[in-house]
Amino acid sequence: MLKIDNLQANVADKPILKGLSLEINPGEIHAIMGPNGAGKSTLGYTLGGRPGYEVTGGSVSFGGQDLFELEPHERAAAGLFLGFQYPVEIPGVSFVQFLREAANAQRKGRGEEPLSGGEFLKLAREKAGLLKMDMDMLKRPVNVGFSGGEKKRAEMVQMGILEPKLAILDETDSGLDIDALRIVGEGINTIMRAPDKAVLLITHYQRLLDYVKPDKVHVLAGGRIVKSGGPELAHQLEEEGYEAVAA
Amino acid sequence: MTQVQTLPTRREEAFRYTDLDALAGVWPVEREEICVVAGTEESRQVVELGEGAVARHLVIRLEKQAKLDLRILSAGPVFGRIAVDVELAEGADFTLGAAQLATGSETLEIVTEVTHLEPDATSSQTVRTVLAGHSTGTYLGRVAVARGADGTDAEQSVRAMLLERTATANARPELEIFADDVKAAHGCAVGELDAQGLFYLESRGLTPPQAKRLMLQAFIAEAFTGAPGEDALSEAALARLEAIL
Repeated sequence: MLKIDNLQANVADKPILKGLSLEINPGEIHAIMGPNGAGKSTLGYTLGGRPGYEVTGGSVSFGGQDLFELEPHERAAAGLFLGFQYPVEIPGVSFVQFLREAANAQRKGRGEEPLSGGEFLKLAREKAGLLKMDMDMLKRPVNVGFSGGEKKRAEMVQMGILEPKLAILDETDSGLDIDALRIVGEGINTIMRAPDKAVLLITHYQRLLDYVKPDKVHVLAGGRIVKSGGPELAHQLEEEGYEAVAA
Repeated sequence: MTQVQTLPTRREEAFRYTDLDALAGVWPVEREEICVVAGTEESRQVVELGEGAVARHLVIRLEKQAKLDLRILSAGPVFGRIAVDVELAEGADFTLGAAQLATGSETLEIVTEVTHLEPDATSSQTVRTVLAGHSTGTYLGRVAVARGADGTDAEQSVRAMLLERTATANARPELEIFADDVKAAHGCAVGELDAQGLFYLESRGLTPPQAKRLMLQAFIAEAFTGAPGEDALSEAALARLEAIL
């Protein structure tokens, strides 16, 4: 589903990703762990197409397409979802308004019929329920006045509504208390664990992986994957630290 | 009251950024006098979307405890100048919400002079300007608080959004206070659309024009929040916005 080959990327002319390779198949959940400054968030933003993240080498194919040929909104329509570490506040624009427009823009991009207001609200209510989020919160301006944990849950509601094929979740576990972590973890499983879907979890900590069991764990350091393994690798990292394991 | 008949020059503060050629075509500007009598409430809307150059001058008097809600949508395609002078008596309340949308080489300006003559009056001005192309958008807003007008509460919130760096925004909120117990706040910002916000919306599937429109719609809506006829104003603004983008 996603094939990253020798990816190199700069931020502000500084090389951050230095030859990263990774392949994710449908039905798989991968976790990328690594110390601060390893390039984890850069990987997420580069795949999402954020301006300022310059690809200087390598290739990424997503569902057989060259990902870098696509604009950010086209990547979304192709089934890519980027969960933000710091979801952006947008005053004056309600979640409901924005998500309905986004869902329909994606559907249009795929040549599908738009959702009616009623159909959309039903879908939104269902996904909000899954994340134990009050529907009234989705009538408020995007992320404005939300706590860190509420923002992350709202990201997962968006993921549920947009039904991507591949979700790249950048530190979705940061800022969550224990209960919220469980709710988000279960949400990811319900929404994304399917034979035709895949997830790339970017995280510092093992704790989210207790709820969302990864098929593979990778250690990212210095802009490349330095070690890959099964779920046991995450436990080893937690116990021994990045320095010992990645050395 | 005497009416100025000679065309002003740019040396006059209130005309510093105007389009004098366009102004000459509509000069002299007739004063439109409005009086809201004591203890009553009124709302007015000024919507200028026409083809020609427009200059208006509203001269408003609010008597004791009178209330006026004034909304302005100025988005004509040539030149639009709307001057508003307001005098507030004791306990009066004035709300202004104005949006200006311009593109091409248009010049739009809103020039206000709000005078708190007596105690305990409140005024609140919200002006949102969206500028594309080589357009110019100006807000000159003076709030004067007379001696003895204690308990005044005056607020100005002025923001302009430049869609292209070729556009020009002038914003000058100004305060002149001769009373002791006064609450006055003003905020003023000229900027561009938040790149992070745009990327966030696009990452969810909105096309770049859709993302821009959604953010600008929210920006303009701040000028019309709580107005009678808010929806109609917002719709008219949105239609003009679509033409600008």
